[in-house]
Amino acid sequence: MKTIKEINEKIKNGSVVVLTVEEAIALSKNKNLKELAEEIDVVTTATFGPMCSSGIYFNIGHSKPRIKLGGGKVTLNGVPCYPAFAAVDLFLGATALPENDPRNIIYPGEFRYGGGHVIEDLVNKKDLLLEAAGYGTDCYPRKTLRLNININDLNEAVLFNIRNCYQNYNVAVNLSNKIIYTYMGVLQPNLGNANYCSAGALSPLLKDPYYKTIGIGTRIFLGGGIGYVAWWGTQHNPCVERTEKGVPKFPAGTLALIGDLKNMSPKYLVGTSMLGYGVSLSVGVGIPIPILNEEILSYVLIDDSQIFAPIVDYSSDYPNRQNNILGFVSYAELKSGVIKINNKEVVTGSLSSIKKAREISLILKNWIKEAKFFLTEPVEKIPSVDSNYRFKAQKEKYEKE
Amino acid sequence: MKKNKLILRFPKDLVDKPIVYKLVKDYNLLFNILKAQVNPKEEGILILELEGKDADYKAGIEYLKKEGVKVEPLSKDISMNRERCVDCGVCIPLCPTKALIKNKDTDIVEFIKENCIACEICIKICPYKAMEIKL
Repeated sequence: MKTIKEINEKIKNGSVVVLTVEEAIALSKNKNLKELAEEIDVVTTATFGPMCSSGIYFNIGHSKPRIKLGGGKVTLNGVPCYPAFAAVDLFLGATALPENDPRNIIYPGEFRYGGGHVIEDLVNKKDLLLEAAGYGTDCYPRKTLRLNININDLNEAVLFNIRNCYQNYNVAVNLSNKIIYTYMGVLQPNLGNANYCSAGALSPLLKDPYYKTIGIGTRIFLGGGIGYVAWWGTQHNPCVERTEKGVPKFPAGTLALIGDLKNMSPKYLVGTSMLGYGVSLSVGVGIPIPILNEEILSYVLIDDSQIFAPIVDYSSDYPNRQNNILGFVSYAELKSGVIKINNKEVVTGSLSSIKKAREISLILKNWIKEAKFFLTEPVEKIPSVDSNYRFKAQKEKYEKE
Repeated sequence: MKKNKLILRFPKDLVDKPIVYKLVKDYNLLFNILKAQVNPKEEGILILELEGKDADYKAGIEYLKKEGVKVEPLSKDISMNRERCVDCGVCIPLCPTKALIKNKDTDIVEFIKENCIACEICIKICPYKAMEIKL
């Protein structure tokens, strides 16, 4: 048994033992769990992949004379921002598109530039064209604004991910006889490929399946800088079916993350174009897990062969919200490049980058070793399996389409 | 024997001449057309694999050049921008010739130029625009 306070002392005096999750799994073979739990203080986990529910909020400072953008219209490099706050606070979502983007009118749409790319450009310290219109008031008389802005010109610039770190995710396939373009990538007809989007055994919430260490206030690696768990994420759904070891067999928990955009890097915040689907932002996240006891270590050591994802048809079942699944497959099989579905060999594609996740887990490990990063006690737990917290589908009270 | 993938660029006045036919008839070359883009009033582009005995191959290429066809090796044109690639691997199942593979030891996505037939699927589907083409 260890406490976070004791681990932080070890970080301070340089004696902390910190491993990446892959190193911990490799080290654990044929070792005694109890001894290992005493030996290891921290294990770093990570993930990198597209997360559409990302955005930034920022404050552009006051113009002379002043302008009130709340209730007005604002674009950054042609991409619309949400201005409905006070005078100069704005929000930009990753999936925002310029008004003149043809979307899927020319099918499949290319979605070359949108919110995710603006965020990447901002982090890359590029100048962006801000165009704005307000309606004018006695205290905010100015009505239009057109200027180049740069991240350094902004007051606050904050990344706010309302959902990230999905604890497990669907494997997407296409049972129809025509190609489809989805947020899980291009899916070839008749089980032509199977796409997945989780770092599996590297992924933070799969290593802390009951959210025993990760909670509100947890300090994390976010987009190359430091961030925090702000809340549980939208669509958080802890009460799904789990394996004997407690690993969810379906998409389950999620996290809402927040951090200072000014300290982030375009290497870990990348604008993403999904053909025929839209724009997104790929986000790198790293979360340290304090090895407080054997139980916590036993979850961390769960490897890809013990984590299973449901295979879902995205041509009909997913769009029509049919809860069908075609079976389960382990991340070890997914990562091998080929899986079997209905006795057919199907090539796999990943949206999540294992290479980047590994890189992030190593960076976070080094930050901790070099005492640049200390662990935090969560201020509050996020709802777990005993909460009865569920992700509800919409009630069907639609007007006729 | 020589076997190469080539990009042939035809000036617009050559577009209606049976040049590839001559490669077969006069130079005993085998060809496999991978991609063709021919417009009557513009430059034509033909991507093909050409195979034959060394001397025939050389003479065939000389014939093409003499006729005014620009000949370039194909591999030049599709490239991977390592700065943009995040090594996710979503392109791998869509590449028809296994020119994009994941290194099992490093998890790095590698582009094997020799296998590429320039179908351009990767250019369209890469979410990070890491695959680039120059035509």
